[in-house]
Formats: sequence, structure tokens, C-alpha cells
Amino acid sequence: MANAARTDTAATRAEPESGRAEAAPKPHAPETAEAPVPLFETLSGIPVRPLYTPEDVKPGLEERLGKPGQFPFTRGLHPEMYRTRIWTMRQFAGFGTAEHTNQRFHYLLAQGMTGLSTAFDMPTLMGYDADHAMALGEVGREGVAISSLEDMEILFRGIPLDQVTTSMTINAPAIVLLAMYVAIAEKQGIPPKKLGGTVQADMLKEFIAQKEWICPPRPSVKICVDMIEWCAEHMPRWNSISISGYHIREAGATAVQELAFTIADGIGYVEECLKRGMDVDAFAQRLSFFWDVHNDFFEEIAKFRAGRRIWAKLMRDRFQAKNPRSWMLRTHAQTAGVSLTAQQPLNNVARVAIQALAAVLGGTQSLHTNSMDETLALPTEEAATVALRTQQIIAHETGVANVVDPFGGSYFLEALTDRMEEEAMEYLRRIDGMGGIIQAVEQGFPQKEIADSAYRFQMQVEEGRRIIVGVNRFGGEEEVSIPVLKIDPEIERRQIERVRAVRARRDAARWERAMGDLRDACMSDKNLVPFVLDAVRAYATLGEISDVFREAYGVYREPAVF
Amino acid sequence: MARKIRVLVGKAGLDGHDRGAKVVASAMRDAGFEVIYTGLHQTPEMIVQAAIQEDVDAVALSILSGAHMTLFPRVLALMREKGIGDVLLTGGGIIPKEDMTALKQAGVGELFGPGTPTTAIIDYIRSVSREKRSAQAGSAR
Repeated sequence: MANAARTDTAATRAEPESGRAEAAPKPHAPETAEAPVPLFETLSGIPVRPLYTPEDVKPGLEERLGKPGQFPFTRGLHPEMYRTRIWTMRQFAGFGTAEHTNQRFHYLLAQGMTGLSTAFDMPTLMGYDADHAMALGEVGREGVAISSLEDMEILFRGIPLDQVTTSMTINAPAIVLLAMYVAIAEKQGIPPKKLGGTVQADMLKEFIAQKEWICPPRPSVKICVDMIEWCAEHMPRWNSISISGYHIREAGATAVQELAFTIADGIGYVEECLKRGMDVDAFAQRLSFFWDVHNDFFEEIAKFRAGRRIWAKLMRDRFQAKNPRSWMLRTHAQTAGVSLTAQQPLNNVARVAIQALAAVLGGTQSLHTNSMDETLALPTEEAATVALRTQQIIAHETGVANVVDPFGGSYFLEALTDRMEEEAMEYLRRIDGMGGIIQAVEQGFPQKEIADSAYRFQMQVEEGRRIIVGVNRFGGEEEVSIPVLKIDPEIERRQIERVRAVRARRDAARWERAMGDLRDACMSDKNLVPFVLDAVRAYATLGEISDVFREAYGVYREPAVF
Repeated sequence: MARKIRVLVGKAGLDGHDRGAKVVASAMRDAGFEVIYTGLHQTPEMIVQAAIQEDVDAVALSILSGAHMTLFPRVLALMREKGIGDVLLTGGGIIPKEDMTALKQAGVGELFGPGTPTTAIIDYIRSVSREKRSAQAGSAR
């Protein structure tokens, strides 16, 4: 194949610029030092003035806003927003084995959670079974370990799949998990068309930010498009992709960069689908998005609004979608994990509440609130409950859900929404100039922009120009220690035993036939979903299926630059 | 003129969170260190091999995936086995306090959690490297 694996070279090296060697370390803003100049700018570096007046809002506001539920959806996707239906409270959960996470799912549903969201462990995310050498020490640590259909059966045991919606945060092997979900639903007697939920499946943002991959960008995007195409035909209630800004932001992007690179990724997928001859209105309604919600309150609200407006214009005008539902940017949101501090962890409850409020005022469709202990470990049940209760307080006690886009018309918010749209559009023009997002990613453009922003932010913190409570200001008191979740090392052993038992027990002839068919399909331009579905029904493991992709398409290795 | 301090910044295991590693690597470079960054998804063997080839003063591992209790001890054991047990092994990530204590008792150097200023990491590596170098110079005499 053309995309052969690149060879391993140990490392790249950066020499310090001459004359700068052994520079004096920068002081870490002590409490007594001369106060640094405050930054009157958003987290994206957009300058903010002390007062906004009607003069700050350009003419044509009504047209830029539209009515809620109408083009360009700046004010929200639905005419009455949360009065008709409150957002989905979807708490991300997953750890240990399928049994552990199944228990947590049942617990969260009993607490009033309205959608499931699955976190997978690193080996699963990277397409390795629990007994692979690369999985050593990682099984069940950052999420639940899923190696075969048997794990998936246990994970959703006792949960009627036509009555919940399930989001799965899975990317490189998303096609495998999608197929497994369809296969266990079959066993419950539920056809694919009744299944609601999402696979994240956004590989472009993996190369840009989260860095979990199997194959190089082009075959990875091909597999994404296979899923979009198959779901458009067979799973009308399923979001075949969640185009994600979250990881881009967490990796260090500003809000403007998050907005721009995420929408650029969205454009990339739409273009690839159109190249395959699909009708834009056949798939666009099932594209969904995923934003981060950080600390800069107004900037975050503006980001949600600007995002909807940009997407609506692109879909209607550039891609000629006719169905208004195709113009809608539907989004999940998650509070910013990166904004949480290990110091004074109880303060994180306040950060999460403020961020969640911004997401709601921005008009999100679903929301995950982080737990206060996530800079220390995976959340305990108590911390996860407080996070869910935070959403319930916003929904039912504050009154903010009663009015659609309550900040709409604010001089400041409208000026900021316009400014974010302009800055994001400028990035989109640059990316178009490079030949599109796939080329931009291959050149490392968004990766470099994000790393630069991350470094700039860190330096602002270290110079004391950005204040983080409990970290570079107002710290020093006795550290509060909170209980953290422990993952039993036994889990790894049990998971290894289980996947080996599955391999030994399954119908070998059926497995071999399904694997052979999948291998052949990878050498053609056929849609791979039906072949992966047959393979998982035959209990082919996630690692085995991923190995077929590795052989067919090569393994991606990122150039090591910083 | 003293040789510059050389540090290998490594990402071990499957963890893809590289924001911290890159920020720390950039800050070290700006502080005058020679920085070798391994890139993602390295095995302990690859990291130790690179540390030997690059003749570094310190190995700094970044682990945010929860696999620190497996990966730090493995890298440390391999460093000792391959004859670079005197090189500093340090690092950071999402590592609970008691795990930090256990790893330090096992011979790993200082470990840094979220919110640490890069200057604290740089100062630490600089002072340990200088100590080790002067100790070596002393024993060579």
C-alpha cells in the first residue's frame, strides 16, 4: 500500500538559539512582587474595552441573529429552546472492566442522567486488545476496556438500547465499536434504525490534538466517511460523527482556534462525502459537534453562537444544502478539564458551574460537567454526582433555562460574536488556501498554532499576567486532600484472561471467513461497515480488526516536533 | 565552557496528551537546555535507548494516562540494567501523591503535578545535573 508505516527514529532535537543559552529562569510571580499589568483581553487574546455601546454593534444585527430556530441560528436551534426540552445531561463514564462501568451506568441513570456516555481505556482507543504488549499498565485506567463483543454485551447489560441514547468517545477504532453496538442491539431484538447516539469518530482532530490513531490521515478519513455513509442509510437517529473542538482546546488552542479548526474539520468531512457522490441533505443532519467550555464566560457564549452562524452559512451557501436541518450545528459541550487545578480541588466545583452556565447560555444540546477530582484521577462516584447536580441546579433553580438566548442583543456579546466569526473565517480562508484541512494537518499547521498558544498561555501564567486561583495566586494554605478513585491492577489480568477465552471459544471457521472478507474489502473501495459488522458478530477482537487496518493502510507516526 | 544540560523529554505508553510535554520542552529549550523530544507512543525500551544514544543528563517522562506505576519503574529498571542508572529520571503528569511518594522511594527523582511552573522543573533539573556532574568530576580525579 502507498501509506507504508514510517520507520521509527528515536527523536528530534531542538538546539537553543545561540546567545540564549542558560538564560536566567523567569521568576514565578511571588505574591509580594510588583503587580503585573492585567490583561484586558479574552482568553483568545481579543482585546476588550471597558464599555460597549450601540456603536460597537455593526448594522444588520437582526439579519445576523435571525429568530431562534431559524437561519442562521445564532440565537439557538429551536424556537423555545430549553422550555420545550432541557439539554441532555450526559456524564462521561468509564473505568475498569465492562462490569464496573455497567454498574456506574445504572447508578447514573438512577440519579436522573438522561444519556449514556462511554469512556474507553487507552488500549481500546488505540486499537489494541488487553493482552497486547503496548497495553501494559493501561488496561481499564482511563476508561473501560473493550476487546471483544463479549465485553460490549456486559457493558450494556440491563440497559434497553432503544430507550437511551449512547455516546461513545471512540475514534480510530470507532467503526468497530459502532459495529459492536449494532450487534448487541440485534441480540436485544432492536434494529439499527431505532438506535440513538453518537460515535465521536472525528479523526482529523486526533491528528490535530488528541493524538490517538491507528492509520495515517487519509485512510482514517476514508473510514469516517464509510460510517457517515452507512449511518445515513441505516441509522437515521444516530450521529455518525462528533466533530470535536474539545480536544483541540484542551491541547492549548484559543477559543477562536477551536472554532476555526473544528469547523475546518467539518468542511473536510462534508467535502469527502460529496466527493463520494453523497447528497448533502442525506448526511448533514447527522453531523454533530462537540465544544469545550472554558473559563472566559462571554467568549464561550459568543463561540457557541458564532459557530452556529458560520456553519449555517457554510451549509446553505457553500454546500447548497436545502433542508434547514442540514444547516444546524447541533452540539454537545463539556466543561474544560484543562482549566481544573490539582491545587485546592474543591474550587473546581465553582469553575465547572460557571463554565456549565456559559454552555447553557450558549445554547448547547447536551452537556457533561467535569468532576472536581479529574486533575488527580478518574472521578469518584461522589465527585461525579456533584458534577451532575451542578447541571440540575442550573436547569431547575436558576431560571436561565426559561428564556431563549437571554444575552442576545448585549452590545458586548454581539460585538464579540461578530469578532470571533471574523477571526475564525480568516483561519478558514488560510486553510482553504493550503488546499483544505487534510493538507493543513499533514503540514502540521493547526498542530503548530495550538502548541504556540499553549506555550504563550503558560508563560502568561508564569509571569502572573493570567491569574489562576490557588495556583499562581491565593495559594499556600494547607492542601486539602480529597479521596481519589483507585483502579485495581487485577483488572488488567482479568481482562487479558477474558479476551483470550473469547478467542479460544469462538467459531474459528466463521471468524476466519469474516476476517478474510474484511481484508479483501480493505483492498477495495467498498464501504467497510458491513464487513466489520460481520467480523464482530464472529467475535473478532478490536485488536485483530485494527491489525487488518494496520496491514492494509499502514501505521501513523507523528513527526516529533515541539 | 561547560556542556549544556541535555534532557530527553519522553512520552511513554499509549498516552497522547502532549500539551504538557511540549510546553515543558519549549521552556527548557528557552532556558538553554538541549532538549530531545521522543514524540508519542514510545516503549520504555525506546526511551532508554534514546537516552543512551543522546547521552543525556536527565530523562523527563510525561504520563497522564494512569500508567505511571508501570512505566516509571520499567524505565528505571532498564536504565539501571543498561548502565545509565546514574542519570536522573524525573517527570510529571496526573500522578496521585501517594504514587509519587512510592516512585520516589523506588529511586525516581522529583515528580511534578499539574500547575507546576516550568521554572520549578528547570531549576530542579539544573541543580541535580550540576551536582551529578561535579560528583563525577570529583570521582574521576
